Amino acid sequence: MIYADNAATTKMSDAAIDAMTDCMRNTYGNPSSLYEVGQRAKEVLEDARDEIIKAIGADNFREIIFTSGGSEADNQALRTAAEIGRAAGKMHIISSAFEHHAILHTLNKLEKEGFEVTYLDVHEDGLVRSEEVEAAIRPDTCLVTIMYANNEIGTIQPIREIGAICRAKGVLFHTDAVQAIGHIPVNVKDDNIDMLSASAHKFHGPKGTGFLYVRKGIKISNLIEGGAQERGKRAGTENVPGIRATAVALKDAIAHMEENDKIIRAKRDRLIAGLKEIPHSAINGDENKRLPGNVNFCFEGIEGESLLLLLDDKGIQASSGSACTSGSLDPSHVLLAIGRVHDVAHGSLRLSIDETISDEDVEYIINAVKEVVTYLRSFSPIWRDLVAGKKEFIL
Amino acid sequence: MALYSEKVMDHFRNPRNVGVIEDANGVGEVGNAKCGDIMKMYLKIENDIVEDVKFETFGCGSAIASSSMATEMIKGKPLSEVRELTNKAVAEALDGLPDYKMHCSVLAEEAIKSALEDYEKRKSENNS
Ligand SMILES: Cc1ncc(COP(=O)(O)O)c(C=O)c1O
Repeated sequence: MIYADNAATTKMSDAAIDAMTDCMRNTYGNPSSLYEVGQRAKEVLEDARDEIIKAIGADNFREIIFTSGGSEADNQALRTAAEIGRAAGKMHIISSAFEHHAILHTLNKLEKEGFEVTYLDVHEDGLVRSEEVEAAIRPDTCLVTIMYANNEIGTIQPIREIGAICRAKGVLFHTDAVQAIGHIPVNVKDDNIDMLSASAHKFHGPKGTGFLYVRKGIKISNLIEGGAQERGKRAGTENVPGIRATAVALKDAIAHMEENDKIIRAKRDRLIAGLKEIPHSAINGDENKRLPGNVNFCFEGIEGESLLLLLDDKGIQASSGSACTSGSLDPSHVLLAIGRVHDVAHGSLRLSIDETISDEDVEYIINAVKEVVTYLRSFSPIWRDLVAGKKEFIL
Repeated sequence: MALYSEKVMDHFRNPRNVGVIEDANGVGEVGNAKCGDIMKMYLKIENDIVEDVKFETFGCGSAIASSSMATEMIKGKPLSEVRELTNKAVAEALDGLPDYKMHCSVLAEEAIKSALEDYEKRKSENNS
């Protein structure tokens, strides 16, 4: 089996699993309890927070709130900015057309509450332009939220420049860094980030844990009311084993980032070169400014779900932005945002690899995709029309 | 639990009656690329019997399986029976489809209806 869907989720690292189970066995107390096993759990919790602060270049323990993952962190960040904005009479938000639904659906909700949202174009290369962010900022803008790297096509946004612009203009800047953290260098200070969302299961940590970074001095709004955990900003007994494993996984990912980056990038580039040989195909998103493990293609004349099922039969796990895999009638909003028309967007394939993939695996994937695409085209009525010249090729 | 029944996967992996009939006397194409499904049915009808049927499909696993199953259900059958084929019968023969994939079986029914219409049209044109 070749697991090539690391953007969906990753396998937990052994170190993270060990840290988690050790915590479950030995540090099972409630961090709010005053006796020894509770206080030890508290210590584990605060040590994890320290690790995470260091890992992202923050400097104060008050700046990290542990959450149930990336979605919750995104929701809380937008809520926080919206409430600050509302109090100041600033009801305008800037975002992009291809954010994760945790952002987009929260923005839709805020629009219903009276906020106005500008969705910036992400262009054919899948990149937001910092000049366009600057031009979109108005006196009543309370927030800019742009993802660090896109989850489908992997394109890395000019976060540092956007951060600098927002800082200069005095506008809050949030970034959904769920796909970036642990894979590429992220530093909240250097990047001028005010708020940042992260999720552990994207960097070989556990599912259902993540964190929100909020720069000191920003008044955080709650989503979950209850006890005084996380200094009253996120109620609920802390997921101590998950948090411990998150810190271990992140530390590990960052310690090996440079060496892994080299390995993964070389394999990604080989995959891209191999898949480009398929006629009437195209890579989605800028070829270089993308996550080291992300490969995303469209193949004309075929549909993504049948491609995935046949690849699964060959032992390859991947994903697609076709409508059939999303359970809706429309293909991925990300592919539409970069200008892919529906016909072509249905035939997309995302491979997201990690450092464990071998050179043989890479060659096997290339050959398998070539074979399956050729096979599906052999009885595709669209392909027949394209080849017969009754329809024009788009790719 | 798997997304699809074993029957669906069997017809998807080994589709029956795939291809083109060059001298078909009834051809129907339904669906559109925008929605991600197109089905094309080729019928060869003689003496009111479907002597041969072939299909081409652009679409997901259940679209390919539905086309394949539908062709099996009408091959060698008299037109009176073929006209009665419903999408539900196709879905049942596949041991069911997920709710949001039922439209694939509808497309299979429509593709056959459309090919039959084409056949009737050609016949009346030939007679006139
Ligand atoms: C960019 C991005 N944001 C947010 C999320 C949501 O994270 P989680 O699954 O931890 O809620 C994901 C993961 O699917 C993601 O890729």
